[in-house]
Amino acid sequence: MNEIVIKTNKLTKRFGDFVAVDEITFDVHKGEIFGFLGANGAGKTTAMRMLCGLSIPTSGEATVAGYDVFKQPEEIKKNIGYMSQKFSLYEDLTVKENIEFYGGIYGLSNKEIKEKSTELIDKLGLHNEAKKLVSSLPLGWKQKLSFSVAIVHTPKIVFLDEPTGGVDPSMRRQFWDLIYEGADKGITIFITTHYLDEAEYCNRVSIMVDGKIEALDSPAGLRQTYEAKTIDEVFYKLARKAKRSAD
Amino acid sequence: MDAITVNNVTKTYNKKTVLAVDNISFSVGKGEIFGLIGPDGAGKSTIFRMLTTLLLPDSGTATVGGLDIVKDFKAIRGIVGYMPGRFSLYQDLTVEENLTFFATVFNTSIEENYDLIKDIYVQIEPFKDRRAGKLSGGMKQKLALCCALIHKPEVLFLDEPTTGVDVVSRKEFWDMLKRLKAQGITILVSTSYMDEATLCDRIGLILNGKMLSIASPEDTINAYPEKLYAVKANSIYHLLLDLRAYEGTINCYTFGEYLHISITSNEAEVRKYLEDKGHENIEIKAITPTVEDCFIRLLKHQDERNSNKDK
Repeated sequence: MNEIVIKTNKLTKRFGDFVAVDEITFDVHKGEIFGFLGANGAGKTTAMRMLCGLSIPTSGEATVAGYDVFKQPEEIKKNIGYMSQKFSLYEDLTVKENIEFYGGIYGLSNKEIKEKSTELIDKLGLHNEAKKLVSSLPLGWKQKLSFSVAIVHTPKIVFLDEPTGGVDPSMRRQFWDLIYEGADKGITIFITTHYLDEAEYCNRVSIMVDGKIEALDSPAGLRQTYEAKTIDEVFYKLARKAKRSAD
Repeated sequence: MDAITVNNVTKTYNKKTVLAVDNISFSVGKGEIFGLIGPDGAGKSTIFRMLTTLLLPDSGTATVGGLDIVKDFKAIRGIVGYMPGRFSLYQDLTVEENLTFFATVFNTSIEENYDLIKDIYVQIEPFKDRRAGKLSGGMKQKLALCCALIHKPEVLFLDEPTTGVDVVSRKEFWDMLKRLKAQGITILVSTSYMDEATLCDRIGLILNGKMLSIASPEDTINAYPEKLYAVKANSIYHLLLDLRAYEGTINCYTFGEYLHISITSNEAEVRKYLEDKGHENIEIKAITPTVEDCFIRLLKHQDERNSNKDK
């Protein structure tokens, strides 16, 4: 069996009386593309923050890249990449400066940073933009760059929080080309999205409703279980049951 | 009379170095839902800002509700509702305070037009004492729509209202738009979700500041010139790489559980090629394109034209 890189057991987070994440248990394998779906307010972001070592769980267990989320959050941070739609790159730094900055943060040597910068700028075709401020790039390019930067240190896992929000269909596909390539290299992809066609690109998908994982299977398995033609329908059947309002 | 008319409008930024909107013309009938579909940076938001009188065009003319966007800007502001792409309500005011504020600015009250917003407002009413900045994405969007509607506008401008919103809330949101349409409100909306494009009466595909086509979703689909197939096999990623390398491929991209491919050869030849490559469980079927396929095709052609120019 494949190596397990994320393992949770009854992982829970409470804020006062409110149970944001309610005893979630699941495993993610090395090199897997794992889609983490749920309605707004279902608890996805809270769960993801715990797995990234940014928020200490209330109860339960979890290891990420072999490190314990309670005891070793700093080790986790060194072994993962993270990208969100809201924040990922420094707009007032150039493309090249952003790559160098993140390379430095993730502890690459100067030589490695230099190599990586050249490699990334080549790969993304950003030669003319390398010395321009990131704020001048179109959204789709920014997203591709920030994904590349999030895996600049070849982490075991990369967490992607709605990376393609507001990105056009063509650019979203180019972004997924990068994701497939990363997964092919053995990087585990943990991704949230509201574009449910993208759920089909995942090896397995979980759907959260009111803090709980209500379903977890391959896209084909989910469609079969819920007698649905698309993941859209599956999601709709499950999320409609939510009692919690989107907050 | 058309609710919106746009005639040869052009807008540049940065001392004319950046062409945001390039000689665009279109019109929107009263009570119509018109979708502006285009990638980031296409010029959609600029169009919204000009029509809501927040920006002046460099050239061309436009009217909203029969009023000129330059001469009659004050009158236009009274008859339009605008939901900008970025959340722009007062974060430090509560839900109710925001709504009261917008009602007061337009010389009306929440009570006066409560019918119009009732369906939406009941969903956020339990949170009416919460500050707007503390609301979730779906709730912010509902509040913003209420604020844009509180003065009973004739024309509603919605700039990417559902970005970052889950599929259930998106469906509710579009149900609301249909009800508003039924009341005669004209809606200009932009979106990056192609399933929403299908819900518009007509859509305009926009790219690099130019309007490439205007038609109903059905006509947009019927105009797709090539045969399109859906293909799947055991390893989708390797299937994608192999099909892109295939000489008969015009375009190939992921589409949910399938790949979509347009080809110059035929189905049998593609199947043979894939079998020779060692693919298993190959499924190939002819399909009707969606608006998303049409859009991807337009973008690809545009890219090719641009790269030919570079050479």
